[in-house]
Amino acid sequence: MDWNVITSNLQLLLYGAWMTIKITAVAVSCGFIIGLIVSLARMSNFILIRLIAKCYVDIIRGTPMLVQIFMIYFALPQIIGMRIDPYVAAVAACSINSGAYVSEIFRAGIQSVDKGQMEAGRSLGLTWWQTMRHIIIPQAFKASIPPLGNEFIAMLKDSSLVSVIGFEELMRRGQLIIAKTYAATEIWGTVAIIYLCMTLPISRLVAYLERKYNVK
Amino acid sequence: MIDLKDVRKSFGKNEVLKGINLHIDKGEVVVIIGPSGSGKSTVLRTMNYLEEPTSGQVIVDGMDLSDKNKLNEVRTEVGMVFQNFNLFPHMTVLENLTLAQINVRKTDKKAANDIAMKLLERVGLSDKANVYPDSLSGGQKQRVAIARALAMKPKVMLFDEPTSALDPEMVREVLDVMKSLADEGMTMVIVTHEMGFAKEVADRVLFVDGGLILEDGSPSQVFDAPTSDRTKLFLSKIL
Repeated sequence: MDWNVITSNLQLLLYGAWMTIKITAVAVSCGFIIGLIVSLARMSNFILIRLIAKCYVDIIRGTPMLVQIFMIYFALPQIIGMRIDPYVAAVAACSINSGAYVSEIFRAGIQSVDKGQMEAGRSLGLTWWQTMRHIIIPQAFKASIPPLGNEFIAMLKDSSLVSVIGFEELMRRGQLIIAKTYAATEIWGTVAIIYLCMTLPISRLVAYLERKYNVK
Repeated sequence: MIDLKDVRKSFGKNEVLKGINLHIDKGEVVVIIGPSGSGKSTVLRTMNYLEEPTSGQVIVDGMDLSDKNKLNEVRTEVGMVFQNFNLFPHMTVLENLTLAQINVRKTDKKAANDIAMKLLERVGLSDKANVYPDSLSGGQKQRVAIARALAMKPKVMLFDEPTSALDPEMVREVLDVMKSLADEGMTMVIVTHEMGFAKEVADRVLFVDGGLILEDGSPSQVFDAPTSDRTKLFLSKIL
């Protein structure tokens, strides 16, 4: 075990970890918004909107994320005739992927809210959207916290896939350092520990939120 | 105040309402009784279009409920109380009472709070304004639910088995609130199994079975001299 190779490269790795956090945070935030819109679209009265939303979810969940990344980074530029920045491609791929999963989480959350809540809201003269916003979504969100936490953790780990398009997050940094130093054990070990240091606090945070929102 | 004209409702192939004709005057207290599955709750729920009829017309306060643009407006005039309360669990009692006032009636928050507090006082729960519904007993929940509906100053109140989910010792407190409403002249339609309450408070009793109104008269007419055999059979089982 060569500790020197770890200490001398730690800063590079930590910078990569920062990139991982950044891309995950942006992807989950975008995924959150996409997911909310798509989950509502799946309950739309218009069959075309429902169909588009369903297709989106099916396609994203039914294909590997690696393929999605390649589609955006390599295939899309051929179609639009313009190069896409690796960071933009990485964030886009992760966001679009996350949105599909988050929409399913929200859909389950919304369906878990008792039907009587919608009836009570509508009987008071609230519109469908007002009832959704003030009554259904807050309750659905509460039910969605645990699976959303899981999705956040999964996204953080899956963001390592964007290393394949050369975006220098934690995984890619590790690869680059190993290419120079051949210190696979030390570097992959360190990379794994850094990932753990990021995911464990998130699961703690989720557990805390769960407790907090359950206590009324 | 309320007119149902040949209202029919089917769920799939199952026709639960087979042509309901009904006229309810302002200030009338109408109690609907009938066996479970008779369609009595469905009749009530067409009166604010929570159940949209398959055919027929529902007119409340001069407005046809099939007019989607007017539906929300009509609903603000029609308060509803549910068997399972359907309070909003993530809001305090006070917020339950002010949400629709603020968002539908556009009342400012302070005025909405004042209205809410007066109503809570009226149902004897002013000390519960800032607690969450989960900490209330069933009877208290239902009284909050009544206050929530009243906060919109409705012209009609619909009650869908308001005491069926309550422990027996809590039924009275809810019925007392309902009786005081009736005494004030509120137009009320009540689906209930509380026959004593029906006799005491109702101006009219309807017996519904098989999706039809089989009996329509004063409490003494319906309870003491029912005309249809099915009404007699039903009453003999429950009285």
